[in-house]
Amino acid sequence: MKKILTKKYTQGNSAYLISILIICLISAICYPFSDFIGYRTVALILLFTVSVLAMKLSLYPVLLSAILSAFIWDFFFIPPHFTFHVSKSEDVLMLVMYFIVAMLNGVLTARIKHFESLAIQREERVNALKLYDTLFNSISHEFRTPIAAILGATDNLLTDNSKFSEANKTNLYQEINTAADRLNRLVGNLLNVSRLESGSIRPKLDWYDLTELIHTAINQLETELKFHEVKVELPPNLPFLKLDFGLLEQAIYNILYNCSIYTPEKTLIHISADYIDGECIIKIQDNGKGFPIGDLSQVFTKFYRSKNTQTGGLGLGLSITKGFIEAHGGTIKVGNTAGSGALFTIEIPTKANWGDDFSGGFLQ
Amino acid sequence: MNNPTILIIDDEVQIRKLLEITLSANDFRVHEASTGKEGLISAAMHPPDLILLDLGLPDEDGQSILKKLREWYKAPVIILSVRDNEDDIIQALDNGANDYLTKPFRTGELLARIRTALRLAQNTENVPLREYGSLSIDFTARIVKKNQEVLKLTTTEYQLLVLMAQNEGRVLTHQFILKIIWGPSYLEQSQYLRVFVRQLRKKIEDNPDQPKYIITESGVGYRFVGNEK
Repeated sequence: MKKILTKKYTQGNSAYLISILIICLISAICYPFSDFIGYRTVALILLFTVSVLAMKLSLYPVLLSAILSAFIWDFFFIPPHFTFHVSKSEDVLMLVMYFIVAMLNGVLTARIKHFESLAIQREERVNALKLYDTLFNSISHEFRTPIAAILGATDNLLTDNSKFSEANKTNLYQEINTAADRLNRLVGNLLNVSRLESGSIRPKLDWYDLTELIHTAINQLETELKFHEVKVELPPNLPFLKLDFGLLEQAIYNILYNCSIYTPEKTLIHISADYIDGECIIKIQDNGKGFPIGDLSQVFTKFYRSKNTQTGGLGLGLSITKGFIEAHGGTIKVGNTAGSGALFTIEIPTKANWGDDFSGGFLQ
Repeated sequence: MNNPTILIIDDEVQIRKLLEITLSANDFRVHEASTGKEGLISAAMHPPDLILLDLGLPDEDGQSILKKLREWYKAPVIILSVRDNEDDIIQALDNGANDYLTKPFRTGELLARIRTALRLAQNTENVPLREYGSLSIDFTARIVKKNQEVLKLTTTEYQLLVLMAQNEGRVLTHQFILKIIWGPSYLEQSQYLRVFVRQLRKKIEDNPDQPKYIITESGVGYRFVGNEK
């Protein structure tokens, strides 16, 4: 914030204007008192003003203030007043010294500021590089692990596979299958992140049945949720809502996928939804360990991964969920519940349609 | 000699090879083309029973190849593409594709879709009564039975069910269904479709939340699956 303010002042013509105004103002204040404090004290006050300006402004406005203040001091304060003529020889020396010191002040401070900004830039670059390194390391790790599994398994199967029992061969095929699934999911997530980053996601809103949407997401995860108990609680008179089916389904899918991985088998995942005061509210609660308290604010941050969790994953799923919900103009929050587990709360402002008056006649 | 011929139009050697192995192992005869132009020529010279078409072809976009094919080719075309966004899928279906599978696909799923498409293409004669697992539709008497019991359907529910059943295995887009059942001025009234899909599922599905007959194709439409898995 401070940096921005300083930049504003130091850039453009306003910096020159500021330096002229401040020097004139200080001179004007000093003028009535110059008889009491002596005109040499005024020189010190002006020099001090130039030094302060040097801390805030860039080189040329400071030099301007140095030259201007020297002339003002000469013209208004050194006797005889209102001429540039200087009668005493020590005052001539003082004027020259004043001029040099003021100039030096400006030049030196500018140089210090220059080195300071270089150091900050260097530090920023080092940090950015470090971030890139960790990012690329984890991305290449995420890609290479399943590729390694595929290559390893196929090598085994292609060369002298008489060594392997049928059961082990099946295991190797299974490994290839799992690895390919993982790669596919990874590419999907990276694509979704880049779609979000580029801002090319525009929800295609249409009337949808939220019950159908939630169940479609659950049914997609049939295998992953095989060992969990999934309980869905939806009011029977839920209206049709204006939503993007694909985006919201993916958002819910990602949360449920996380639940399936990070919560123990046989635990309950509870999904509920309602439409209250123009908002569609979806709650998903699991019964795992919940998130570490200090991490709660980062759960939806890209590449965030909770510490002490199993390896694998880039930490993109929940950030995509957040992006897709925000694309609807909605919000998502996460917290830990009193008993145990994490609770995700999605709120999306949307229109509702109860679909009345559709009776129509019966056959026969 | 009765083995159906399938033409694969795809520029990726690996995909063609995988498909060739899969399809010939399942008694299909296979023709291959690596560009759109080649595909169009091959289809014209030896009309296949079904075409598997990729959208990302090097010489011409698959959607335009599909349009050119549909000017004369009546047999099923199934799209196999990495493009998975709803707009591409809907456009391909509007351009006359019978089905759409995104890569990576499961070969079991692909074979099932191919068989369904071929079976429907042959079944042009009108069968008055059809059975789909525990569900049966008598088209002449307009009677729908579930587990031998007659279901009480409204006229619109019946029309919707018949439309879907007659396009068994095929994805029908929301817009298409709205246009056929309610008319062109109802294209924006998708809530009508949701109401009737919901009602119909309650009547014909064992568990409406895990439908086996009327399958949701996210953001695209619905597919009627006749043979229960």
